[in-house]
Amino acid sequence: MATRQTQSLARLMRAPAIILLLIWMIVPLAMTLYYSFLNYNLLNPASTSWAGWFNYQYFYTDPAFFEAIWNTLILVLGVLCITVVGGILIALLIDKPIFGQGIVRILVISPFFVMPPVAALIWKNMIMHPSYGVLADVAKFFGLQPVDWFAQFPLFSIIVIVAWQWLPFATLILLTSLQSLDGEQMEAAEMDGASALSRFFYLTLPHMARAITVVILIQTIFLLGVYAEILVTTNGGPGNASTNLTYLIYRAARLNFDIGGAAAGGIIAVILANFVAIFLMRAVGKNLD
Amino acid sequence: MARAVSQNTKIGYTIAAWLVALLIFFPILYAIITSLKTEQEAIAGFDLIPSFTLESYREVQSQYNYFRPFMNSVIIAIGSTVLALIVAVPAAWAMAFAPTKRTKDILMWMLSTKMMPAVAVLVPIYLIFLKTGLMDTRIGLVIVLMLMNLPIVVWMLYTYFREIPGEILEAARMDGATLGQEIVHVLTPMAVPGIASTLLLNVILAWNEAFWTIQLTTTNAAPLSAFIASFSSPQGLFWAKLSAASVMAIAPILIMGWFSQKQLVRGLTFGAVK
Repeated sequence: MATRQTQSLARLMRAPAIILLLIWMIVPLAMTLYYSFLNYNLLNPASTSWAGWFNYQYFYTDPAFFEAIWNTLILVLGVLCITVVGGILIALLIDKPIFGQGIVRILVISPFFVMPPVAALIWKNMIMHPSYGVLADVAKFFGLQPVDWFAQFPLFSIIVIVAWQWLPFATLILLTSLQSLDGEQMEAAEMDGASALSRFFYLTLPHMARAITVVILIQTIFLLGVYAEILVTTNGGPGNASTNLTYLIYRAARLNFDIGGAAAGGIIAVILANFVAIFLMRAVGKNLD
Repeated sequence: MARAVSQNTKIGYTIAAWLVALLIFFPILYAIITSLKTEQEAIAGFDLIPSFTLESYREVQSQYNYFRPFMNSVIIAIGSTVLALIVAVPAAWAMAFAPTKRTKDILMWMLSTKMMPAVAVLVPIYLIFLKTGLMDTRIGLVIVLMLMNLPIVVWMLYTYFREIPGEILEAARMDGATLGQEIVHVLTPMAVPGIASTLLLNVILAWNEAFWTIQLTTTNAAPLSAFIASFSSPQGLFWAKLSAASVMAIAPILIMGWFSQKQLVRGLTFGAVK
């Protein structure tokens, strides 16, 4: 039992982490909120004035804003579909008795450890480049016209790159969950004549449901913030075709020096992330007794 | 229980699994191969056999002073992680061994700070950095990355510490151990593996961070993620060199990652999947 002395010691031990995170959470967010009501451009800081709701009106009625929201949704959903479905299939395959399982696991997990700019540049230059990329070589081999991926399908290309980075994460987590599946239950179902397909849908999939939920929620949080992959490949273009919300705000702040507008955009990014966060907190909270 | 599987089925699964694995690993493999080619070979069409020249690796160092961003990455990744551990170990410790009614709420709140999108606070952090002279300094990035990863560090440590049985503490206390002796002789040896795993995962996360590093550095303090991102400009059409720089940037973390698969699942799911 904790005595009063240990309780006060414990409070002292907790304090630094709590205070630091409190500052980290409140101060910048309060500043963002404050700036979002200012006419504040870094090119002309002297003429800063109160803007009221102008920044919000300006930012949220801009066609680029809706395009960015749409692109953000497509990017998140596209990557989620590829990684969850692919992750389940690959996890099922790796879980089977195979030779060299350890090495297969290492190869599959590797893309997760590649930093985003490197991943994007490898795909941009060595895989998807219209004249020197491997895909262009394959197309030429079959006598086809090589595709200029980033010009013709910019958002799709970015989805492919990001999905490649996150597929290992989904696979690894789903594999972990798969390995805790009760083998005897499976065997019993098999003896009772359940087909492989119905075993998958009635036993395996329900068992993995929790892990799938966690994969979807955690990935969504990271996918809302995709940035470096866009920066080094398409720069958000052509036009706004591959601009997501993160990139739009970055552009407002750093390229247009529009502090007020970027802050107003930041507020909606917080609201968007909060939707996801609430669900994730519930899923994780259940695990804390 | 593993069921008996016929040899043919096993070979079938093996071939399928290896094909998938090699396909996924291919971009990394191809970058490694390209880094060992000359610049002419690199754009000469698909070829898996390079001339095994180390020229690109030498040139990346001599032309771009590769060593500097590399050292920046090392300092920033390790610095931010160690700093986070210094703050997080006591906190996680207290929450695991002297929990109060509010401990669960505090943990959930910490998790919620991790959900804040980085871009939402880009404006204030950027302005603070400009005004305080932290822009393009290593210490500035160490602070930001430390704060960013602190919730994960606390959470990971907490889930590890919670697995240390409390009875051991009581037994030590019964035998007349003081709090200091308890910590040094009983708890530390049991806590070290958890702390080590946490350290490993967070060095990986900090090393690969590519939003703040690009926003808050230019040349002086730029770590590898920002350095490599600058290769995206049109004049950077030197693929063998780009590959060499990329391979050097990911190799240390790739190897660390292979050893931390288990911790990765645990750390990134906040203990929700074990």
